Amino acid sequence: MLDFTPKEIKKLTGGVINPAKTCQPIGAMYAALGIHRCLPHSHGSQGCCSYHRMHLTRHFRDPIMASTSSFTEGACVFGGGANLKTSIKNVFAIYDPDIMAVHTTCLTETIGDDIPSILSSAEVPAGKVVIHANTPSYVGSHITGFSNMTKGIVTYLAESAKEAKKEQVNIIPGFVNPGDMREIKRLVKTMGIKSIMFPDTSGVVDSPMTGKFEMYPKGGARVEDIRDSGNSKLTIALGSFASTDAAIQLERKCKVPAKTLKAPIGIKATDELLMALRNSFVREIPSDLEEERGQLVDIMTDTHYHFHGKKVAVFGDPDIVIGLTEFLLSLGMIPIHVLTGTPGNAFEKEVKAMLLQAGLKANVKAAGDLFEFHQWIKNEPVDLLMGNTYGKYIAKAEDIPFVRIGFPILDRSVHSYMPVVGYKGAMRLIEMISNALLDRQDRDAREEDFELVM
Amino acid sequence: MGVNEKNIDAILEAYPAKVKRNRKKHILIKDSTQGRQELEANTRTIPGIITNRGCAYAGCKGVVLGPIKDIVHITHGPIGCGYYSWLTRRNKAATPEDGKNYMTYCVSTDMQESDIVFGGEKKLTRMIDDVVEIFKPNAITVSATCPVGLIGDDINAVAKAAQEKHGLPVLSFNCEGYKGVSQSAGHHIANNGVMEHIVGQGDLTEAPAKYSINLLGEYNIGGDGWEIHRFLKDIGYHVISVLTGDGSYETIKNAHVADLNLVQCHRSINYIADMLEKKYGTPWLKVNFIGVQSTIDSLRNMALYFGDEELIRRTEEVIAREVARIEPIMEQYKKICQGKTAFCFVGGSRGHHYQGLFAELGIETVLAGYEFAHRDDYEGREVIPDIKPDADSKNIPDLNVEPDRKFFKLKISPEKAEELKKTIPLGDYKGLIAEMNDGHLITDDLNHYETEELIKLLKPDIFASGIKDKFIPQKMGIPSKQIHSYDYSGPYAGFNGAVKFAEDIAMGFVSPTWNFISPPWKDKPLLEGSIQKEGH
Repeated sequence: MLDFTPKEIKKLTGGVINPAKTCQPIGAMYAALGIHRCLPHSHGSQGCCSYHRMHLTRHFRDPIMASTSSFTEGACVFGGGANLKTSIKNVFAIYDPDIMAVHTTCLTETIGDDIPSILSSAEVPAGKVVIHANTPSYVGSHITGFSNMTKGIVTYLAESAKEAKKEQVNIIPGFVNPGDMREIKRLVKTMGIKSIMFPDTSGVVDSPMTGKFEMYPKGGARVEDIRDSGNSKLTIALGSFASTDAAIQLERKCKVPAKTLKAPIGIKATDELLMALRNSFVREIPSDLEEERGQLVDIMTDTHYHFHGKKVAVFGDPDIVIGLTEFLLSLGMIPIHVLTGTPGNAFEKEVKAMLLQAGLKANVKAAGDLFEFHQWIKNEPVDLLMGNTYGKYIAKAEDIPFVRIGFPILDRSVHSYMPVVGYKGAMRLIEMISNALLDRQDRDAREEDFELVM
Repeated sequence: MGVNEKNIDAILEAYPAKVKRNRKKHILIKDSTQGRQELEANTRTIPGIITNRGCAYAGCKGVVLGPIKDIVHITHGPIGCGYYSWLTRRNKAATPEDGKNYMTYCVSTDMQESDIVFGGEKKLTRMIDDVVEIFKPNAITVSATCPVGLIGDDINAVAKAAQEKHGLPVLSFNCEGYKGVSQSAGHHIANNGVMEHIVGQGDLTEAPAKYSINLLGEYNIGGDGWEIHRFLKDIGYHVISVLTGDGSYETIKNAHVADLNLVQCHRSINYIADMLEKKYGTPWLKVNFIGVQSTIDSLRNMALYFGDEELIRRTEEVIAREVARIEPIMEQYKKICQGKTAFCFVGGSRGHHYQGLFAELGIETVLAGYEFAHRDDYEGREVIPDIKPDADSKNIPDLNVEPDRKFFKLKISPEKAEELKKTIPLGDYKGLIAEMNDGHLITDDLNHYETEELIKLLKPDIFASGIKDKFIPQKMGIPSKQIHSYDYSGPYAGFNGAVKFAEDIAMGFVSPTWNFISPPWKDKPLLEGSIQKEGH
C-alpha cells in the first residue's frame, strides 16, 4: 500500500500527489443546497457537475441535484452566455426551483464569462431568483468555493429594512455536515435565541425515507429568512476559512456586526460560542447546556488514560482541523502532524500558536498534500490518524488506528447525521478516538494480556 | 404493449418547445414491425436538463487510461479533475512482479491562478521530473483538462521533450472536458493514443502460445476481468493483454501478436479493435460475459473462430462444469426475482449487456438506454456509414492506420472470416435495440425529469443505473442497483459474477428495510380505542 512514498522527504515542485483538498465548485454546490428550494447550477462543462454531484452523493448517500450549462467546444470560443440563458429557461420550466444558484468552473473563469451581465439579460420568471458566485477551481479549494457561494448568497439576498436590529443571530456554520448544523441550531435554540442559519443543509442532504422523492426537500435556509439576516443583531461566522467572508459582506452591506469564531469542535470552542451568544444577547447559559458540558468533562476525566500522551496526525479542511487540534490538546493528546490542502497562512499561524502554547512542536502545513503528510508519518510515527476517507490508505500502509472525520467520508455511513460539534459532538469524538485506540489494543494484545475491563 | 407514443408525448409536454423536439428523437418505443428504428444519439446535451453525463477527461483518463496500473497518470489542471477520478471507479489491479502499481496515487499539477496566466508548461515539466524520480514508472500519461486547451499549454511538446530527457514513454492526451459532448470523446482520444504509442511497442513477433487473445473494453470493475480470465484460462486461452482493467504498459505493448481480439465494451474500445485489424490483421469478436447464456454464447463463438476440436471440447467441458455448479444456486434467487421489471440505464454498454442476466433471473427490462453511446451501439454497426458527424464531434481526430510493415499478419484468411461472419459476430455488433422486446423503451441521455416521470409511468421493480440517481428511486421505495460501481460488490461478469449479481439483486428485493417506510401511526387513527368504546 502506497509503496512508492519514500521515507526520505521528497518535496514536489510540479504540483501535488494525493491531494488533501478538492476544487471550489463542489463547495459552492454544497452551500447552494443549503437554500430551501434551490437548484445549484454549474456553469461549465458537464463533467464538473457530474463529479461534484457524484462525490456529494457518496458522502451523504442522498440525492444531490444540480444542473449544468454543458459547454461544448463552440461555447468555449464564443462564450457561454447562450448556454447559461438556455439553462435558466429550461431549469425554471422543467424543475421549477424558487432560486437558482450559479457557480463557475475553471473553464468559464478562464474564458472570462461575465455572469452578472449574462444574468441581466436572462429570462427569469417573476418571483424567481438567480444568484451567482465566481468559483475558479485554480484558486483555493472546495472551502473557498463554499465561502464564495455563501458570500454570494449575502450579496444577492440579504437586506436591511431599518436601523433597529432584531434580537436574532445569524449563524454561518461553515462546510460541516447537516448533523453539525442541527446541533448548532439546537444549542442556539436552547439558549433561547432566535437564529437564522445559512447555508443550512439539514433536511436537504439527510432527508428521510418517506416513499416519495422530493426534488426540493423540506430543509434549507428560506430565502425570506436569508433576506431578513440583514436585520439581525449579530452574525457569527464559524470557521474563518469557510464563513468569515460572508459575515463581513453582511456587515458591509447591512451593518450587522460580524464575529468569527472557531468551528465549535471540542470543549473550548463550544464554550466560546456559548459565551459569545451569552454576551451579545445577555442570556444565562441554561442548566441543560451546563449539564451537557459537565457530562463531557466527566467523560474526559473518566477516560483520559485512553488517549493521554498519544501522538496524532490530523488532516482535513482548515476550520475543522483547527478546532480538532485544539480539542486534541485539551484531551492531553499530542498532535504532531497537522495539515490541510487548502492554502492560507492563517491556518499555520493559528495551529502553531496553539501548539506553542501547549509547549509542542509539530509539522504544520497549509496547501499540503497526503504524499508529504505520509512522509512525515514515516519519519515520526503516530498512535492515531484522523482525517477523511483518503486517510485509510495511509492507515493501512502504516498500520495506524484511524478515525474518520471531515469531508469526504465515502466508506462509512451515518457520520453525516451525527455531530462532531458542540459538547455532544465532543463526546462522540472521544468515543470514536477511544474505540479506535482500544480496538487496536485488543487486536494486538497477547491472550494473557487481553482485558475484560478497560 | 405497455407504453405508447401518447404516454411519451404527455411526458415531453412539460418541456419548452425546442427541448421537446430535441428529446423526442432520443426516446424510442421498440416496434419490430417497423423494421430498423432510428434513435438520435451522441449529440450535445441540453443545458440545464440535469443530465447524467460526464466529460471527455473522464472518458479518457478516468475510464480508459486510469486502469493501466504501471503507468503514472498525470492530470494537468486544477485539482478537481485528478481528485474526482482518484480511486472512484473500481477498476481493480493486482501488483505485478515488477511492483509497479500506481492505482492509489493521484498526481496532479494542481494549476494555480499564475499557471492560468503565465502558462503551466514548466510546472508540468517539473511534475514529470518528480514522477520519474519518485515512481520510476514504465510510462507516463498526461491528460489535459478544460483550461489547458484554452490557455494554449502545449502538452504534446512538453511530453515529447520529457520523453527524450528521461528515455521513457510520456504520452499526452488532449482530452479537455469540453471536447465532444460526453465521455465518449475521451474514449476516442485515449484509443488513438494507446494505439499510436503503446500497442506494438513490444518486441514479440508472434503469439507466445496457442489461442492467444486480447480482451478489449474490459475494465475489471469489482474483479470482472479476473473472473473472465479464470474460465478462459481453464479452457486453454492465453490472455496477452486486457485493455485496460488490471492492464499494464508491459502487456498492452504486445497486444499486436494476439490471434483474436474480444470486444466487451464496444463503445469505448471499438476504435482500437478496428485499428488492430487494419494495422496488425487481427479480427475482433463481440463478446458479452455478463449473464450465463451470453457468456456461454461468447465462449462458443470464440471456439468456432479457432475451429479447433480440442478447444471446442474444452469449451463445452468448462461450460458444463460451471453451469452445473451455479445453476442450483441461481435457482433460489430466480424464485425471488421472477416476474419483476427493470430499468437499465448505464453508460455506453451495460445498458445492453445486463438485459440477458436480468432475463435469466426472470426480470424483464422495460427501459434501457445509454448516457453517451452512439447510434451504432443502439442500432448496430451497419448504420455507421449513415452517421453524420456534427460540429461537436468533428474535432475529435480519427487516427488513420496502415498495415504495419513489421508486425502485420493476417490471423485468418478473408474467406474464412466471411464464412465465420455468417454464424458469429466477427467484426460486428448488432446493438441494443435488437435485443429489446416490443413495447419497451429505449432512451438516450436520459435526464432527471424523464427518469422520474418514466418511473411513475412504468413502475419498475428495480432501477439499475449510477450513483447520482441511485437514491432517487430508492426514496420512492424502489430497489436501486448501481451498475457502474456494482454498489461496491462484484464481480458480476462470468459464471461467478452471475451468481453474485443474482444474490445482490435478490437481497435488494427481500431486504426487510423496505417494510418500515410507512410509520405505524400513519394508518392507525389516533382515537381508535375510544371510538370503538363509544360504538359498543
